[in-house]
Amino acid sequence: MLVVENLRVSYGGIRALHGIDFRIDEGEIVCIIGANGAGKSTTLRAISRMVPAESGTRMIYKNEDLLKYPADKVVSKLGISHVPEGRRIFDNLTVMENLKLATFARKDGAHKIEEDRERVFSIFPRLEERRNQKGGTLSGGEQQMLAIGRAFMSGRNVMLLDEPSMGLAPLLMLHMFEALKAINEEGGTTILLVEQNARLALKFAKRGYVLEHGNLVLEGNSEELLADPEVKKAYLGG
Amino acid sequence: MVTYFFQNLINALQWGSFYALIALGYSMVYGVLMLFNFAHGDIFMVGAYIGFGVATGLVSLASMGALALPNWLILVLTILISMFLTSFVGMIVERVGYRPLREAPRASAAITGLMIGIILETGNLAILGARRVSFPALIQSTTYDLGGVFVTNKKIMIVVVSIALMYALHLFVRKTRWGMAMRAMAFDYVVVPLMGVPINNIARMTFAIGSALAAVAGILFGVAYPVLDPYMGVIFGWKAFVAAILGGRGSILGACLAGFLLGFIEIFVAMVFPSTLRDFIAYSIILLILTFRPHGFFGEPYSARLRL
Repeated sequence: MLVVENLRVSYGGIRALHGIDFRIDEGEIVCIIGANGAGKSTTLRAISRMVPAESGTRMIYKNEDLLKYPADKVVSKLGISHVPEGRRIFDNLTVMENLKLATFARKDGAHKIEEDRERVFSIFPRLEERRNQKGGTLSGGEQQMLAIGRAFMSGRNVMLLDEPSMGLAPLLMLHMFEALKAINEEGGTTILLVEQNARLALKFAKRGYVLEHGNLVLEGNSEELLADPEVKKAYLGG
Repeated sequence: MVTYFFQNLINALQWGSFYALIALGYSMVYGVLMLFNFAHGDIFMVGAYIGFGVATGLVSLASMGALALPNWLILVLTILISMFLTSFVGMIVERVGYRPLREAPRASAAITGLMIGIILETGNLAILGARRVSFPALIQSTTYDLGGVFVTNKKIMIVVVSIALMYALHLFVRKTRWGMAMRAMAFDYVVVPLMGVPINNIARMTFAIGSALAAVAGILFGVAYPVLDPYMGVIFGWKAFVAAILGGRGSILGACLAGFLLGFIEIFVAMVFPSTLRDFIAYSIILLILTFRPHGFFGEPYSARLRL
């Protein structure tokens, strides 16, 4: 279980998150929806320790204090991976190298790593076709596949996904979410997703939180949120 | 005329080797951390002195009969031990000088680098005094006459060792996961930790490798020109820095090629013009090249790199 309490983050004196609380159970799929600038990405970055949380923040994963781990150890020791906004594929590395880099700190042997790579290729056959191509030559959708593949390879107790639907054609979006669902179901991977596309996110996740100006203002099951008049008005286009 | 040309070509290759080996350190560090380590020329100097110390020690051990080592083996051991020791100098410089400034403006890192350089120079003066030291002659010079072109065994050794190291570095960067992490950091260091890669270790390793290569350059320089002084790294450092810029910031291949090109330009300018004009003309040519190619041969504009 991932527990976040009183998460506060500031950028240069301006507070982006005002002390938010949430928890996610093992194997759950949870989404955070909200407008641009609400603090969604910051939330994920704080969990993966890319940005520092202010004192008073508590973040616990499986009885481990997240704040004691630097960013790379959050991935390699706790298995919490982060698919960043804009995918951030290494353009100058091939598909294979991108996947291999994600296993940098793994110590469970080449055989296990090979197995995982085969699994990534079976989920996303396109990546196997493009295995020796540079990341920069991939289409947006392929880059998103690679970003998810990388996260799968680096650690998959929890996957943090930042706007995985951004810039994708509707069919590709569905494909991506089906793949994520498969990863969640077969490996018990906990998924925390942040999305501007609230409708899609709430269809995919079981539960959701609504983030506004750095505060969580609403939480509930996806059906409840989809039916909520406020959510409808603000995030689902009326 | 043709033999004269080839004679100078050999000399240019030797000088280019020094420049290229040092330029690699600038370029690798820039590629990974986006800063220039302006103390790098002085690390070259420290490497030369460490090499001097190790070689002198081994020679005296051998002469006392404590170790039965032939001279070539002393040279090999000197290179290996000095690479190892000098890499620690680089790692300390990174840890003490640069890591605290990772998020600071780049100018702070540049100033720090210059100060570390002064500390290394004056530290050397404080320890060893103002006298110059001479590098032990480990190789008996032999000259080969190749159709009128005279080549010494030292020059061949210097060029071969340098190119072999450059190739080894190339393989390291292309084939190992550490090298892969370096390339990834060069592209977008912000997300590298998300791959589970400890970037501080990569930064430390980059400084270690760059410093080890500078140590080799220092020892090879000592083999060719056996007189060392505490300020020898200053002019070499700046010239190798120019090579790194000319090659394209962060480009390993570029640093090697530009290092050799610098050697060629210097030597061939000196072929035609009086040697007092050598650097003036040589670096005017390079300035002209950079006017038309400000990013160097293989560099990319600053904006090509992603940031959070």
